[in-house]
Amino acid sequence: MKLIVNGKTHDLNIEPEMPLLWALRDEMNLPGTKYGCGMALCGACTVLVDGVPVRSCATPVGTISGAVTTIEGLGNPDALHTVQTAWIEHQVAQCGYCQSGQIMSAVALLHRFKSPTDAEIDAAMSGNLCRCGAYPRIRAAIQDAAKRLNGVAA
Amino acid sequence: MSRLTTIARRSFLIGSAVAVGGTVFGVYKYQQPHPNPLLNELPEGASAITPYVRIDAQGVTIITPRAEMGQGIHTTLAALVAEELDVAWDSIRVEHGAPGAAYYNRALLQEGVPFASLDHSRMAEGMRGTMGVLAKFMGIQGTGGSSSVPDAFDKMRVAGAAARFALIAAAAERLGVNAATLKTADGAVIASDGKRLPYTELALAAAKVQLPDNPPLKPREHWRYLGKNMPRVDMVGKCTGEATFGIDVRLPGMVFATVRMNPAIGAPIKGFEATAAKAMKGVLQVVALPGGVGVIADNTWRAFQAAQAIQCDWSGPVHGATTAVFMEAIDASFVDKHQDSRIRNDGDVTKPLPATKMLEAQYRVPFLAHATMEPMNAVAWLQEDRLDIWTGTQAPTVARDQAAALAGLDSSKVFVHTQLMGGGFGRRAESDYVLQAVHLAKAMKGKPVKLTWDRKEDMTQDQYRPAAVGRMRGATSEATVQLLDVHVASPSVLESQGGRLGIAMPGPDKLIAEGTYDQPYGIPNYRATGYRTPALLPIASWRSVGNSYNGFFMECFMDELATQAGTDPMKLRLSLINHESSRKVLMAVAEMSNWDKPLPKGRGRGVAFHLSFGVPTAEVVEVSITKDGVRIDQVFVAADVGTALDPRNIESQLQSGVIFGLSAAMFGEITFVNGAVEQTNFHQYEAVRMGQSPKIHVRVLEGGGPIRGVGEPGTPPAAPALANAIFNATGQRIRELPLRKHIGFA
Repeated sequence: MKLIVNGKTHDLNIEPEMPLLWALRDEMNLPGTKYGCGMALCGACTVLVDGVPVRSCATPVGTISGAVTTIEGLGNPDALHTVQTAWIEHQVAQCGYCQSGQIMSAVALLHRFKSPTDAEIDAAMSGNLCRCGAYPRIRAAIQDAAKRLNGVAA
Repeated sequence: MSRLTTIARRSFLIGSAVAVGGTVFGVYKYQQPHPNPLLNELPEGASAITPYVRIDAQGVTIITPRAEMGQGIHTTLAALVAEELDVAWDSIRVEHGAPGAAYYNRALLQEGVPFASLDHSRMAEGMRGTMGVLAKFMGIQGTGGSSSVPDAFDKMRVAGAAARFALIAAAAERLGVNAATLKTADGAVIASDGKRLPYTELALAAAKVQLPDNPPLKPREHWRYLGKNMPRVDMVGKCTGEATFGIDVRLPGMVFATVRMNPAIGAPIKGFEATAAKAMKGVLQVVALPGGVGVIADNTWRAFQAAQAIQCDWSGPVHGATTAVFMEAIDASFVDKHQDSRIRNDGDVTKPLPATKMLEAQYRVPFLAHATMEPMNAVAWLQEDRLDIWTGTQAPTVARDQAAALAGLDSSKVFVHTQLMGGGFGRRAESDYVLQAVHLAKAMKGKPVKLTWDRKEDMTQDQYRPAAVGRMRGATSEATVQLLDVHVASPSVLESQGGRLGIAMPGPDKLIAEGTYDQPYGIPNYRATGYRTPALLPIASWRSVGNSYNGFFMECFMDELATQAGTDPMKLRLSLINHESSRKVLMAVAEMSNWDKPLPKGRGRGVAFHLSFGVPTAEVVEVSITKDGVRIDQVFVAADVGTALDPRNIESQLQSGVIFGLSAAMFGEITFVNGAVEQTNFHQYEAVRMGQSPKIHVRVLEGGGPIRGVGEPGTPPAAPALANAIFNATGQRIRELPLRKHIGFA
């Protein structure tokens, strides 16, 4: 089967029922997307499929028809995505394990809402668990990223 | 001081330090420095001036031998060395380094002594000194007990200063000038004529220089990195997916594995039928393990699927069966036979007090899981004469030695490569998952095997925070407390951890009662007694350990006493506390929260104070009662860390501690049926999420006392402050966690 990930087409010989997460991690060697729960409960595995956030741990790879973006495809240390810049500016990550998923959810949120309210942030981000409790800084970084994306000086 | 005679008569345990311990060497060892582990595998052209500094052609690498599990310790430890070594922040590399006795943790053992952290009597200090020596004998390398900063504060600054001294000496010799004429700047020695000699070119010569024992350290007013908000060294990697956690390690030829253990914790497996599993796509091997079975495949998910396809014949429970049985055992241990410690016994709590009103209450907390975001995992690669392990561990020397024993190798042939941890909270001080990976590697000799637990395994095969019960007695008169008599019962974490290490643990376990006997309350009749429930099932350290439940017992009861005494709970605490910086953290949260200004109907606030790991910490929680349940609006936190090395990171650790404590207080509970844990994933073991996360205002105080670590002290006051706020808003006094059993949350 063919899968477009971060703009690159992969030809995979795997079971269609394999969750996208494990195709990314073990078959395509893209470990930035994390395994947390396997049941779409924690959001650590969140990726974008055509810009829409998807819990890759509970999504069979055979059901994917769109282009997949993972944290590795969002930006890199030399060319950060605006959301990543805001995350670094606010020093959000502690253990950092959930942050790939948090950032992907935040990117999707900011696609939908240019200036999300607290309630919109709560609704979009409550599927992403953070056991370190980095939530106050995640919220601040999202608000900051929104300003940056809207061209307002941070 | 009746306390002192008690201590003299008994051989006390050393707290959580032993739990990550190692072999005790003879006394003669103390005079010898531990070998520098960097010298074992030093590449050609590289130089290791101290165990913390490696310099090669690419630049300076700082070894930060404490587990980075989110607390930001790599950044703070690197800053200690970089400050004195004088290197540019963006030029340094930071590594966990190989395990080594040289990286022993003195502070972890010193804080294990059975004295309150505020007790600086000759006896307490003498015992801490002894423990410091003992720590060096044992060569313990462990991360825990909020000890990394106190342990490293002098040691790593000295390492940086000594390395700088050696680099200057090497430059002086090369240039034929007096060392006093040389300066340093951003990774180079600068001669008086402006000539710049990079450290990278001096390192090999510097390694031959005799190091000074006590190089002078910079005074605080000259600090450039310490005391500042430093950009975390792991931040960019963690925001771009480039950071490698243990679960992300990938090696050529690697195979992928999982395990499935008897759900009845610790019980054996009688047999299994794996024909169908072995025929599944990608499955390479099914391996019998003590208490379970492992599957090795060419993909983690395929290993997960195959493990579920095995028919296992499990033996029945060995540790009792249900939550009720465990709780009955704890309730039954408040008897002389099980009395374990009585570290505080001021006045006489048995004498009747005239003109006082008595109050009694019983509090309960459940078992808890660590539930780190990253499930347990380890990579093991067994070759002819060496074993390599890549994993996240808070106890790398223990993991190394236990893995060596299992593989039949000398410890010197086992190489632990410590990786970033997706949370630790005490879970990664255990080595069970590492040993499982070694078992699998033995079955797959020559190939690196990555073991990954699924979430169900992680939640049901944890080594839990034990349940505990507190029985409180108090007496009040004229708006003050005359008597506090605390009885707390729980199984012993230290005994459980010691058992896994094969170390018998004589004497009392101060962890059971920590947070009861050591609080700075000047109550004339004040006694704290710990009771040790006979072992129930494997248990472990959990962020703040005994303080995690004793903070709840003590501070809710203090609130009850305030109510009975007809006084304000903040005022009562301030009037009882006889320790200046503890008073100051309370006054800080009173001011931050406008404590004296009443809240409108339907809202409430509660305060809690707790001193743990030497850090006085006060929290005020504000709640609203909404149609959907209790909503936590704001939390105010103040803590005194002595000296704040990285204020922004301290803020995030305190916020983290609050949310971790609130999660447990609101939702956390592990229950047992047939010896097995009932909660299998985050839908049954919930934690605070974004929509429930309050605003958290932090104030960090520097009272000038000893420098302290803050990974844990933010956790204990969160539960009682919340329960007290609920009482303030509703009049409902909840004495059992999790609170959701008694009240709903929005």
